[in-house]
Amino acid sequence: MTMALFAAGSISATVDTPEIDDTTSFWRWDFAWEVLPAMLESFFKVTLLVTVVGTLIAAVLGLIIAILIRLLPRPLSILVTWIANFIRMTPIVVQLLIVFYGFVWMEPMTIALVVYGVHYSTYMSEVYRAGIDSVPRGQWEASTALSMSSGRTWRRVIIPQALRSTVPSLGNYAISMFKDTPFLISISVMEMVTTALEIGGFTYRYIETITIAGLIFLVASYFTAVLVNRLEKRLAYAY
Amino acid sequence: MPTPTESYTAQPVIEFRDVEKRFGDKTVLKDLNFSVERGERVTLIGPSGSGKTTILRLAMTLEHLTDGYIFIGGEPLVYEERNGRRVPVSKRQQKDLRTRIGMVFQQFNLFPNMTVIENIIEAPIHVLGLSKQDARARAHDLLEKVGLPEKADAHPSELSGGQQQRVAIARALAMDPEILLLDEVTSALDPEVVVEVLKVLRDVAENTDVTMLIVTHEMSFARDVSHRVMMFDGGNVIETADPETIFTNPSHQRTKEFLSAVLRDT
Repeated sequence: MTMALFAAGSISATVDTPEIDDTTSFWRWDFAWEVLPAMLESFFKVTLLVTVVGTLIAAVLGLIIAILIRLLPRPLSILVTWIANFIRMTPIVVQLLIVFYGFVWMEPMTIALVVYGVHYSTYMSEVYRAGIDSVPRGQWEASTALSMSSGRTWRRVIIPQALRSTVPSLGNYAISMFKDTPFLISISVMEMVTTALEIGGFTYRYIETITIAGLIFLVASYFTAVLVNRLEKRLAYAY
Repeated sequence: MPTPTESYTAQPVIEFRDVEKRFGDKTVLKDLNFSVERGERVTLIGPSGSGKTTILRLAMTLEHLTDGYIFIGGEPLVYEERNGRRVPVSKRQQKDLRTRIGMVFQQFNLFPNMTVIENIIEAPIHVLGLSKQDARARAHDLLEKVGLPEKADAHPSELSGGQQQRVAIARALAMDPEILLLDEVTSALDPEVVVEVLKVLRDVAENTDVTMLIVTHEMSFARDVSHRVMMFDGGNVIETADPETIFTNPSHQRTKEFLSAVLRDT
């Protein structure tokens, strides 16, 4: 039986699933091997893509928000703070659905990247804020004493030092975003867990696919943690 | 417009006029008036909390000036009087005047994310507009002068406190300031490295004509390098004299008490 897995935009996968009428075995290796490529494909095409692009958007936008809150005149800075708080304090599923039904012309995959990026940017802005606050006052004063411009002070002195203490938290949010990707089911983007359920719907076998999904999450999260750890060590060694 | 040299030579290089500084409702400086001539080295002494450091921080625009005026080479640094009103000077003017002032801090405040040479060349390149080669050449000269030519590519965290402070001195001098503010530059150092920092500063004092405003607890250093010593207490100058007079024959009772207290164990 050929099953087409329809997904948003260009994301689609086709798997040949065996005719399974075995309802007594708990685990079948042959089936697990058979579905693994489809699982991996949806992992790379959706889960990983959303996480990587989402993290990049969140990392950049979060920094911009943190700096805006600090630099803007008071009423505007409070406005930005409240918008950020609002986004941070409402569930990502709700945001996905609002954008999905509110902006029907948008590709679901685009919605996914934007919503995950923006949602997590509000978390990351808090991390950056703490990082910026942790730069000693003497660094600002030395920059003033050297007549450095405000832009130069931010770019060369404050941000590099603020980033150093934020890497571990940013890594944690990346992992957290990974594990939030199953919510994509709400806007019909076929990520890995949805793929697992879909295959189950045709074959009545769930244990293999869900277990594989869990293992892929575990491996991916582990490698992210290792990467973050390395980055942290490298930054720490530099100064 | 007068040419810079004309206006500089006619004016004290730095002047505090009717300066007042309050932190909340605590008055730190009141009715402060003094000026420093070009090339002069003036040391501020006095008990902690008497406002000495605040004076340097005001001159570096690190604190808000509550009232009064500060002039650099005759030009207002923070506020000016216009039509009988006290108004802030333009950002541009403040920035221009500020480039003529350098400061060395008690806590060094080197940029830990940059190497020693990057610390020194950053402002000369991006503020003064020096070419990278010129800035590097100047930085290497200065590192030679402060006795750390081999540390150019080290990070500040790899240096001892005394070495960091010497780099900070080089960084301030790289801007070729007319006025150098030294804010308790040896107070955070281990006793055995104080000497090496003071040696560098004595050298700068002897071989350059940079005006220095010094806050220190190193009385022998103050005595050796300064032209004039000002004794502070309660937010104002209570006695000004040449170092010889201050240290051997102070006229004010409070100065005597202060000096006998700080000189007791040296």
